Parts: sequence; C-alpha cells; structure tokens
Amino acid sequence: MSSVIRHRLFWPLVALALLLLVNLFKKPDFFAISVINGNLHGSLIDIALNGAPLMLVALGMTLVIATGGIDLSVGSVVAISGAIACFYISGQPDQNSLSAVLIAVALALAASLVLGAWNGVLVARFGIQPIIATLILLVAGRGIAQLITSGQIITINSAPYKIISGFWLGLPVVVPIAAVMVGFTALLTRRTALGLLVESVGGNAEASRLVGIRSATLKIMAYGFSALCAGIAGLMVSSNISAADGNSAGLWIELDAILAVVIGGTSLLGGRFYLGGTVIGALIIQSLTTTILTMGVPSQGTMVFKAVVVIIVCLLPVIRKVRSTRVEATS
Amino acid sequence: MISRRSLLTAAVAAAATGGLAACAKDGGGTNTGNGNGKITLGFSQTGSESGWRTANTKSIQESATAAGIDLKFSDAQGKEENQIAAVRSFIQQKVDVISFSPLKVTGWDTVLKEAKAANIPVILTDRGVEADASLYVSLLGSDFTEEGKRAAVMFKEICKDMAAVNIAQLEGSTGSAPAIERTKGFAEAIASETKFKIVVTQTGEFTRSKGKEVMEAFLKSHPEINALYAQNDDMGLGAIQAIEAAGKKPGTDIRIVTVDAIKDGMTALAAGKINGIVECNPLLGPQLMEMVKKVKAGQTVEKRIITIEKDFYQKDAAAALPTRQY
Repeated sequence: MSSVIRHRLFWPLVALALLLLVNLFKKPDFFAISVINGNLHGSLIDIALNGAPLMLVALGMTLVIATGGIDLSVGSVVAISGAIACFYISGQPDQNSLSAVLIAVALALAASLVLGAWNGVLVARFGIQPIIATLILLVAGRGIAQLITSGQIITINSAPYKIISGFWLGLPVVVPIAAVMVGFTALLTRRTALGLLVESVGGNAEASRLVGIRSATLKIMAYGFSALCAGIAGLMVSSNISAADGNSAGLWIELDAILAVVIGGTSLLGGRFYLGGTVIGALIIQSLTTTILTMGVPSQGTMVFKAVVVIIVCLLPVIRKVRSTRVEATS
Repeated sequence: MISRRSLLTAAVAAAATGGLAACAKDGGGTNTGNGNGKITLGFSQTGSESGWRTANTKSIQESATAAGIDLKFSDAQGKEENQIAAVRSFIQQKVDVISFSPLKVTGWDTVLKEAKAANIPVILTDRGVEADASLYVSLLGSDFTEEGKRAAVMFKEICKDMAAVNIAQLEGSTGSAPAIERTKGFAEAIASETKFKIVVTQTGEFTRSKGKEVMEAFLKSHPEINALYAQNDDMGLGAIQAIEAAGKKPGTDIRIVTVDAIKDGMTALAAGKINGIVECNPLLGPQLMEMVKKVKAGQTVEKRIITIEKDFYQKDAAAALPTRQY
C-alpha cells in the first residue's frame, strides 16, 4: 500500500479522479458515452478532444525542460502552424483535395521544425538563455501568424482537413495521434539511450559535453521536437474550428503546458523527466476546464477556481512529504 | 515645410486666443484651418486584434482620403502607453482634430487636458473613457447596452412559436466593456417576458475555439437549452459546430442570435444556422469625417453619436451578404 502511495503518479492520479468525480454531483451521467451520428459523444470524449493539443505541447515541453531549458514560443508556433495550413488550403481551387491538405500539413510541420531549430540554435549555439531565446518567438511568432492571415480569421471548408480533429470509425482521431506521439517518444527515450542522454544534458550540460555527449545537438533536437509537437497541436486547433485564428490560437498554452509538466513531477531545473506524469498533468488541466463549465462556475470566478485547484494539486504530495519527515523525526 | 505650417497654425491659434477653446461647444469659433485649407486629423487605433478592427482601420483611412482630410494614423499595438504617446505627438504636431479608440477606460485625464490646453478638439471612437466629459467633444461608436437589448428584441421575434425558451449565453472576454454591457442590456430587456430564461452563462472569450468548447459542455450539462445568445459571431460559429456534433440542428433545435455581423456570421445566417444578428458596425469612417469637418467648422455635435447599425434576420442575409466588406 505505501509503495502505491509513494509512486510519483499516485497524487496526480488521485487529483484527476477527484476532479472527474466532482462532476457527478452536478451531472450523474457525466461518464456516459453515447453514439450520435455514428460518432462517440460524451464529456470524457470532449476532454480527450480538447485536451489532445495541450498534451502534445506538454510532451514536447517535457523534453525541453529535461534539457534544462524552457520553450515559451509553443503558443505562437501553434498559431503559425494553423495559419500556414489554412492559408494554403484556402488558396486551393478544390479545398477538399486530399493532396492539397497533405501538402498544407507538410508545409505547416516543416515551418514548425524550422522555428524549433531556430530556438535550439539560439540556445545551444549562441548560448542565449532559453527563456529569452524563446521569448523572441513568443512575441514575434504571433505577429508572423497574423501577417500570414492578414489579421483576419481564415475560414476553410475542407473535409479532409476536418478529419484531423474529427472522427474516424466513430473514434476521435486526435486520440490515436496523441497516443502515437507519446508512445513514440517513450519508446525513443526509454528503450534507447536517448532519454538518459537528455537527462544528463539537463543535469549538467558541461559535464555531459566533457564525457563526449553532444549537448548542443541534443538541445537543438529537443527544441525542434517541441516545435513539431506544437505544430501538430496547431493543426488540431485550427481543424477543430475549421479556421485559423492568428490572434488567439494557442494563446497562453505555454503556461498550461509548463504547468502540466510540473504537475507530472518533472523538475523545472532539468534532468529527470516523466512522460506519464505529463500526460496526466495535461488531462488534469483539461478536466479542470470541463469541470468549471459543468459546475457552472461564474465567468468572474473561473480563474480563482483554477488557481485554487492547481495549488491543491501541487501541495498534495508536498504535505505528505512534510508529514512523513515529521513522523520520522519523532519516532 | 512642416515648421512653416506649424508656425502658421500657431499664428492662427494666437490670433484667436480664448475664442477657440469654446468654439467646439458653442459653435462661435473663427477657426479657419491650418493654412493650406486641408484639415489634419490625428487618429490612434488600438491595434489590429480582429477582423472587425481591421475593417474599422480601413474604413477610417479610406473615408479620410475620400473626404480630403489629411490623416495621421498611429497604431498602438494593444498598448495604452503607445496610445498616450501618439496623442501627445499629435498635440505637438498641432493637428486640427484628434481622434482615438481608447484601449482602456481609465488613465486619460492628463493627456486630454493637454489637448484641451492646446485647443485641439478630441473625438473618441468605438469606446468611451472615464474622464471629465468636457475634455472631449463627442463619442462616436456603438452602444453595447443597446446591442444587448436589440438581441433580446430579436429573440422575442424569432421565438414567437415557443412556449419556454431556455437560453445559453456566451459572454465576451470577462471585464471588457462590450461583454459587461451586452450582458446587462440583454438581461434587462429579456426579463419583460417570463417565458425567457437564461439557464447558463459563461465566457467564450470572443473566440471560436472557446465558444465551441464551452457550448459542448453546456449541451451536456443543460440538455434543455433551446436558444443561444452569443455576444459575437465568432463564438456563435464555434458553438454551431458543437451543436451539430451533438446531433442537433442550429437555427431550428437551438435558435441563435449573435452580435457583430461579420462575413462568416452572415454566411451562417444565410444558411439558416443563425436566426438573427445584431450588427456592430466598424465602418464608422464616413461618420467620423463628417464630424471632424463639423467640429472644425465650429458647429455643435452631439456628445454621444451612435453608429448607424441594422438588425439582420435570415431573410435579410442573402441580400446583404455580397456587399459585406469584413
């Protein structure tokens, strides 16, 4: 039993379960999943659909934070990626052409990778502090997105593009996309030495370099991966509303992503990282939003409500630690 | 050239000392322009945060050219300090009239007093300020409370056949003037008929994705919802997608009224997915230029001028759509 409680994922999972259970008071069939128009439908499906972009962004953020860095530019990358894809599709004579949509997706993801590499080079090659290096793109990136969309919301009407956030065989497509990305990352970092190398760079970049690890290359890869994840999230967000909103897509998502990583147990100082924790962290944040809406918290109070829950989630494991050290001291 | 012009303006101002300050109000002025016969207008815009704002900017620039007014345009990029700096620089340049859309309601006393001391009349557009009303000539813009009331009137019209109307409300960004006033006006006007009930209300932050997410949750927690009041088109458009995903028909199962009348909104209105749109008109350029000329000529203008706006029902949409500029 105590080993279960000591597991790092125990408290985040308890918080997630409690959050979901609270909804039952207001809505007894909160967990019910029905089929409407051949598609799965229910509050849990909403959490998966709306939480997938955050989960992806937080996944990339985890690796960046593991290298001892931080990526503030992800929100802007989300906006740019969606803007590029929708801008390209809107210029096509046939918006329902599959090849056009594939090109749009490829262009958006390629651009995201370039932006990530830019962040990585600034941090790893020029030695600019990560918070400053990525702040540049946080500010400029949203401008770039608005430039692409000419400050307007580009609405598209493309069935193939809609699938990214839609349903396939009744299942929401974002769930397998997110699952594959998480699985792929877990495989690459936990079944090869890559994860260990990343943790070593985050633990001590200079020492890692001296033992022959290419710190700079690894960091550039981490920022590139983070931007790629943000790019995919951007496609999901814009596909969800069939439109590119350069002004508000991905706004403040970097803060939610960092929060998800921290709730998941990864230290902001870098070093060890926990992908499973990040996934649960992202689910907690999205469930919180859904809970606020289900419980009918007034608009003016939502921020305070969120803050209180986050404080409790972050304090739960700490309180336990303080108490156990006290018990040890007295015995 | 510039220095010669400003010298001339200064000379004119000096010649008419005292009389000018009151001219905008009592219409007894002798102000004859800056020497070259062309009126100079300094305008500070909030930024370019939305399609509505872009259309607003374009309207002001185009109608200034059309009216033969020399426009000095400054974009504050969402920062009030930029806007204050812009107004100060207009005062130094001795423009004839200053106009701006205040980003926030507070913090304007000092700079407005400086403008008044320099005898330059100020016209506010789109949003108001919390300052002594004598410091500006007029406020030209939409009446957000009135927009909320108009939305209520539309509901009464489109829900005539319904016995009980359970309304879900998507509010704008919490704390913004349009969100507060559109909520207030709507609540006041809808209360006169007991069959209307606002069952749930929450902010959709004026964006499509938030509008969709909030509506998804509304539909699950309040299955009795059969009407939606969205305080802008974008939130309404997002909510329509959520309604369709829940297997209901927007416009029929759930009657929808939105505010703004942007092109995408009008398209949805024409398609029968929205039942009515309260227009919030960004094309206030021509009205503004007319006012600038009047103020310059020393005529009296109303303290509060409401932009010319329409209400669009489904039958009006198809006709209005082709000429929609934004």
